[in-house]
Amino acid sequence: MKIELNGETVELAEGASVAEAVHVAGAAERGVAVAVDGEVVPRGEWDTSALREGQHVEVLQAVAGG
Amino acid sequence: MSLELAGRTWESRLILGTGGFRSLESMEQSLKASGTEIATVALRRVDPAAQGSVLEVIERLGLFLLPNTAGCYTARDAVRTARMAREAFATDWVKLEVIGDDRTLFPDAVELLRAAEELIGEGFVVLPYTNDDPILARRLEQIGCAAVMPLGSPIGSGAGIRNAYNIQILVEQAGVPVILDAGIGSASDAALAMELGCDGVLLASSVSRAKDPVAMATAMRKAVEAGFEARRAGRIPRRLYAEASTPGD
Repeated sequence: MKIELNGETVELAEGASVAEAVHVAGAAERGVAVAVDGEVVPRGEWDTSALREGQHVEVLQAVAGG
Repeated sequence: MSLELAGRTWESRLILGTGGFRSLESMEQSLKASGTEIATVALRRVDPAAQGSVLEVIERLGLFLLPNTAGCYTARDAVRTARMAREAFATDWVKLEVIGDDRTLFPDAVELLRAAEELIGEGFVVLPYTNDDPILARRLEQIGCAAVMPLGSPIGSGAGIRNAYNIQILVEQAGVPVILDAGIGSASDAALAMELGCDGVLLASSVSRAKDPVAMATAMRKAVEAGFEARRAGRIPRRLYAEASTPGD
């Protein structure tokens, strides 16, 4: 299935979890947050939350700023 | 004397932003030299190619991490970013920025107030970057913001405090800490902010983009301390004519 991950279309296995998307995005271990279609997914639910075709996943982490 | 901010006590009245440094090493040395206890960070899409981590620097120095909502133009975006920050860093604190346009980076008052209200309702400790508008500051305080953070002049402009009178009025009426946020160019600006009665100063570019960031961070630490002491000491009034300091016969 295809999802949009940080603005790029990527191919993931059917029913892939949020945790897998985080891994594909190349995120660090800590200081990371994920939103699926604009809703924050708590870290405790990454492994159990399955993604669906066409969903927009944002994986964010800390950068220097302001 | 320490700063009381949202139920916590801080020894330093200087808050440093981490943006604009030429390297993580320069950032780390400058944070250390500034004596700050609080450092701001932003949230952006993961860049797997990024070298090093601002988070590690902040943790190594034992600083309190204050996430911001830089780059948000609507209340909706800012609220979402704050929620993401809460999840990423396990903190309820947020420096709330809702920008009106990218030329001035001035806050959008309407969206700012809306976002602040929503986040306070969700239990956030909201520190809003706001205009130098005493009425807006009052509204932000009334809805429960833990501090108000008026700009001195546009972010990164280094133009100092363009409307000292408004800052003075804002300070006089505020019941929460006032932190001058944005526009500081050099140490004298930071000292002036404190002399006007601000409780603290938040700055980034003036240090990170200085020729020698570590030296400027040191200067800012001293300026904030000096300005605070001068305010407490009580300055003499400005007069048009002389008043002899040596007694006559």
